[in-house]
Amino acid sequence: MTAPPLAGTAKTEPSAATRGRSAVLAAGLLAALGLLVLVALLSVALGARSVPLSTVLTAFTAPDGSSDHTVIRELRVPRTILGLGVGAALGLAGALMQSLTRNPLADPGLLGINQGAALGATIAIGLLGLTNPAVYVWFAFAGAALASALAYALGSAARSGASPVRLALAGVALGMVFTAVSSAILRMDSQAFDRMRFWLTGSLAAQTSDVIIRLVPFMAVGIALGLLLAKPLNALALGEEAGRALGVAVGRTRVLTAVAVTLLCGAATAGAGPLWFVGLAVPHAVRAVVGPDQRWLLPYAAVLAPVLLLGADIVGRVIATPGEVQVGIMCAVVGAPVFILLARRRRLAAL
Amino acid sequence: MTTPVRVGPYSMRPAPRALVVSLALVAASVALALVAISTGEFTVPVADIVTALFGQGTPVAELIVSQLRAPRVVTGLAVGAAFGLSGAIFQSLTRNPLGSPDFIGFTAGAATGGVLAVVMGGTAVQIAAGSMFGCVISAVLVYALAFRRGVQGYRLVLVGIGVNAVLLAADNYLLTKANINDAANAGAWLNGSLSGRGWDHALPVAIALAVLVPVCCAVSRPLRMMEMGDDAARAVGIRVEPVRAAAIVAGVLLCGVATAAAGPVMFVAMAAPQLARRLTRSPGVTLIASALTGAVLLTAADLAAQRLLAPTQLPVGVLTAAIGGTYLALLLRKDRR
Repeated sequence: MTAPPLAGTAKTEPSAATRGRSAVLAAGLLAALGLLVLVALLSVALGARSVPLSTVLTAFTAPDGSSDHTVIRELRVPRTILGLGVGAALGLAGALMQSLTRNPLADPGLLGINQGAALGATIAIGLLGLTNPAVYVWFAFAGAALASALAYALGSAARSGASPVRLALAGVALGMVFTAVSSAILRMDSQAFDRMRFWLTGSLAAQTSDVIIRLVPFMAVGIALGLLLAKPLNALALGEEAGRALGVAVGRTRVLTAVAVTLLCGAATAGAGPLWFVGLAVPHAVRAVVGPDQRWLLPYAAVLAPVLLLGADIVGRVIATPGEVQVGIMCAVVGAPVFILLARRRRLAAL
Repeated sequence: MTTPVRVGPYSMRPAPRALVVSLALVAASVALALVAISTGEFTVPVADIVTALFGQGTPVAELIVSQLRAPRVVTGLAVGAAFGLSGAIFQSLTRNPLGSPDFIGFTAGAATGGVLAVVMGGTAVQIAAGSMFGCVISAVLVYALAFRRGVQGYRLVLVGIGVNAVLLAADNYLLTKANINDAANAGAWLNGSLSGRGWDHALPVAIALAVLVPVCCAVSRPLRMMEMGDDAARAVGIRVEPVRAAAIVAGVLLCGVATAAAGPVMFVAMAAPQLARRLTRSPGVTLIASALTGAVLLTAADLAAQRLLAPTQLPVGVLTAAIGGTYLALLLRKDRR
């Protein structure tokens, strides 16, 4: 532990070592962005019908209306953009939730928030017959907000805060209820069931580009808000009292984090269905490398989670040609082992 | 403490409350069964049920009673009992209400095995075999992954949740690979449903119960002692390892055979032992009362699932998941002192 800075000298010059570390982390973030661009290009190029990268580039610079270019512009690009947005949203939401609840098992899927959003969207699409995503996304937000409030209320004990296991159990219980109600609604309407079947598994292919365009603003606002919360969350990591002493508005930070999580999870679920584990695995992996500083953790999680999601989506497309494995399935297969590894740790350390 | 009753070399200590509760549960399940068989779109008077079952009633009543409603009710009772018993065994072994097969991935494993058989166009026997196999594999997997100098309660539950997620993903994958008819069948089965169950579904569960209930009775008392810890149980002369092995085998088989018949119906295995414990005011998990509670729960849930949103028929698994999840949430709430 370093000694706390004395009053008046709080704004000392960062030491050479700190600056060096910052430079390394910034370079790493750039490299991660480069990786993301590469994966995005691969996601556009690869699939049941793979296209060389040069054709991908000409599809943007000089579209000639050939079938390859049509596939790229109408199918692959929207899908990739959706993957970028959903991945960033879920990775950031997971990191924010882990930070806010100080719970290593926090994940939008595990805590039932994505299932709550899915229930909201199911009610809107299946029961009320709404088709405009700019309208039904609000139902997804309502579902996500309700689910996160319920999970937190059930999972937290008055004295000791939310214990990791209790929060996970509350989330799983709620997720089951939400999923059951969703499937009961879909049972009554076979047309809605047919429309929503793939979406409920978690798929990036289930949406058209006009839907995606309407979801992007919500994701963008959520991501911006989430990234801005890094500093107060850093202070809160020391505990509520210490955070308050460092000048953080505790209540406001909590509320804003909850708003960001709700926006991110609601928009991501409205786009790709209820996905598990993306928000769990990526922040843990990132934390192992960059450490607990939220100012680095949050952007890294937002950049690397779409790498995982798009990577999983590409693998799902390639391993089962001519069909494909939906990304929700791939996420569970990739993410659950991480979760099991965490669960096997002797003590679930609070974050 | 009640006075022991001795008959020759055997002695037992009857628990009057448990006995009364068990009899009441039997009466409740009979009453539910009669309601389920006699009412519906076509009402069969209770008096006509027996004649119809023995082939003495009108052809319509016979068709409805002995081909449609009775097998469904019997399957429901048997599956509920099997889930209740299996849940009681594992909750006793893990000393944790969440250590029940539907929560730690055993039921999901049985479901995946069953779906694999359904998707490959398997017969009823192959589906049952697939379920049993899947249940055994997932049980081994969960225990192996959770093992770390012993299997500690919450680690088992968390590992089970993780394995559960992978198995659900596997189910979804199999559904997308299947042709549309198989996928529809498998999807309906995966919800957990008693609709359209015939005698060929009821029979395997009934046979499994007939064989395994005596085994469970035999291990019931040692299991109760083992809830106090292996060392304490050994000190009073219980051979811990064989008892545990027998209990695990019985629990896995019951879970597998029940899932094969009705699909993965969630929460009966979790809730039944807890309710039975509260009803009998017993200090530990009670096996027989749990089985009876499971039978009553599932039959009542199926009746409600058929009638609540009529004419829409809900699969019973959807209803149990909705009720059970709420119950679990309340349990967590109450648990936070």
